[in-house]
Amino acid sequence: MEPIRQFRARTVAMPQANIDTDQIIPARFLRTTVRAGLGEKLFADWRYAADGAPRPEFALNQAAAAGCEVLVAGRNFGCGSSREHAPWALLDYGFRAVISTEIADIFRSNSLKNGLLPIVVDETSAAWLLANPGCELLVDLEGSHVLLPGGRAVPFQIERFARYCLLNGVDELGYLRSQEAAIARYERRNQA
Amino acid sequence: MKTMFQKIWERHEVVPETADTPAVLYIDLHLVHEVTSPQAFTMLRAQQLRVRRPELTLATMDHSTPTRTAQVFGGAPITVESAAQQIGELEKNCAQYGVELFDLRHRLRGIVHIVGPELGLTQPGKTVVCGDSHTSTHGAFGALAFGIGTTEVAHVLATQCLLQRRAKTFAISVGGRLAAGVTAKDLILAIIGRTGVGGGTGHVLEYRGEAVRALDMEQRMTVCNMSIEAGARAGLIAPDDTTFEYLAGRPCAPSGSAWDDAVAGWRSLGSDPGAVFDRELALDGSALEPMITYGTNPGMVMPISGTIPSQPDDLEFGKALAYMGFEAGAPIRNQPVNVVFLGSCTNGRLSDLRAAASVLRGHRVARGVQLLVVPGSQQVKAAAEAEGLDRVFIEAGGEWRESGCSMCIGMNGDNVGAGQVSVSTSNRNFEGRQGRGARTLLASPLTAAASAVRGQVTDPRELLNG
Ligand code: SF4
Repeated sequence: MEPIRQFRARTVAMPQANIDTDQIIPARFLRTTVRAGLGEKLFADWRYAADGAPRPEFALNQAAAAGCEVLVAGRNFGCGSSREHAPWALLDYGFRAVISTEIADIFRSNSLKNGLLPIVVDETSAAWLLANPGCELLVDLEGSHVLLPGGRAVPFQIERFARYCLLNGVDELGYLRSQEAAIARYERRNQA
Repeated sequence: MKTMFQKIWERHEVVPETADTPAVLYIDLHLVHEVTSPQAFTMLRAQQLRVRRPELTLATMDHSTPTRTAQVFGGAPITVESAAQQIGELEKNCAQYGVELFDLRHRLRGIVHIVGPELGLTQPGKTVVCGDSHTSTHGAFGALAFGIGTTEVAHVLATQCLLQRRAKTFAISVGGRLAAGVTAKDLILAIIGRTGVGGGTGHVLEYRGEAVRALDMEQRMTVCNMSIEAGARAGLIAPDDTTFEYLAGRPCAPSGSAWDDAVAGWRSLGSDPGAVFDRELALDGSALEPMITYGTNPGMVMPISGTIPSQPDDLEFGKALAYMGFEAGAPIRNQPVNVVFLGSCTNGRLSDLRAAASVLRGHRVARGVQLLVVPGSQQVKAAAEAEGLDRVFIEAGGEWRESGCSMCIGMNGDNVGAGQVSVSTSNRNFEGRQGRGARTLLASPLTAAASAVRGQVTDPRELLNG
């Protein structure tokens, strides 16, 4: 994975709470054996009418949303299923970070493994971001903060090891495999 | 003084966590299915890795498999082409990597969370993972069981381990006894109504108290299954005689003197008296009535005799009601129903089918209502047929199918139509979960069956009392 340190990006807002992974990528698109191409299906049932035409009122279909790489969403984003297709679809579409006051556990962990930053911020900052879609942010993983347009820094935390892996482009599987001696010892001890 | 979670966690730490690194946690049982595994096998292939412990890995197919007998056993092609491909991919991967697979026609095939317990593979004290969020089901046995993503599936395949941070603990104590007509499904729906869909985030739930102890294993699985709907990755129930009786004699359970040793160990697994939880919630089980959802997440739930709540200032709440076609202040009872789905890893076991049949026996499904009955596994199907439950469903006008996830997730072509109202025994009422535009009401098998008979949302106690 490419290291991530900091990047500038504009936001798009979806203020709704509890956006579940069935909305992010509906189940009928999970009948795939690869990862590519899911961005087209991102939020499919909200984004397109039944006949496939884009719904003009949906956030991602508005002209201002073009090129936005940060999704600001209501509380408890990514709840529901464990499908990693959700972060794959967001990344494939072009998002690099999701900001909310609360992000569901499995979605967060899946995002970190793919280089999509799950950023949890305080209520006040989230409310400001939801009220000001389209603003340009500096997302700074190294400094663990997001810089708002006025220059105010909003801190966020990412689990330390995941952060280290993202900053250095380290693959977690490589780290796990480096623990081979300890794993073998555990298996002998527990006859597992 | 330790909680059950702490005890299981500590026994599986290959490398304990530090401030800088998560724990390396050993996994005792890895369940695999066709939807979340193909890309994981691709990762193994790309790095030329093997499956480290194929004998601790079991694959089945359930999410996208057809349920029509001719499509399963031959005579008709699988209608959903991409599903057929996914099934073929799993067969290929399991053959190449030496993983045991219950393929489409296998007599032990079924929904992954039904298969593990019925084989006796799910056991107290184990760590169990699967690329599926309802892996929490297995916590009913006192196993630490949680859903993982596809990259983590690859991690477990390659190393039999996961990188994990220790979760917080949340005790949910339910006093009293559930009344007649009130089931484990109603209990867990009521709990989610209290915690909300994000209330359990970051926590492992431990269900305890008199009402939980009184549940049989299948009911306990129903409760733990929906822990994820409260935002928790895992739910736990301490093992006891009910657990041991269920496991005794199952093909993969220990036997002989190993059984006695295992039981002795399992008895000390429960949380120590006085163990401290990060959070606690208590509720009175005897005060509960049948519950049903009215909105687009499982936390939007109400007692069946109530009226649909009103939150005039909440835009999203209004949007959810509009999606459902409901009005605030209206009773949920007597709302018209188009489809009733009996099945899923929440309520697709034998006792669920028995409960539904007890309501349906001697009745017919209301005109215009589709009743789809999908057993949770081929073993459940065979057992139900041996006692004639299939006849009850068919005589009532229902469809009796081969096992799978089916209409719980609508990946195999079994869908609820746009705008149609479904009373479903599954676990998610998200927009479009059962098909684009489908409106899902989650309820118990009793409530679902009663609603099929009347063609309206029905309190099952009305039919049970004659
Ligand atoms: S029955 Fe539904 S919830 Fe259970 S594993 Fe299948 S799709 Fe998931």
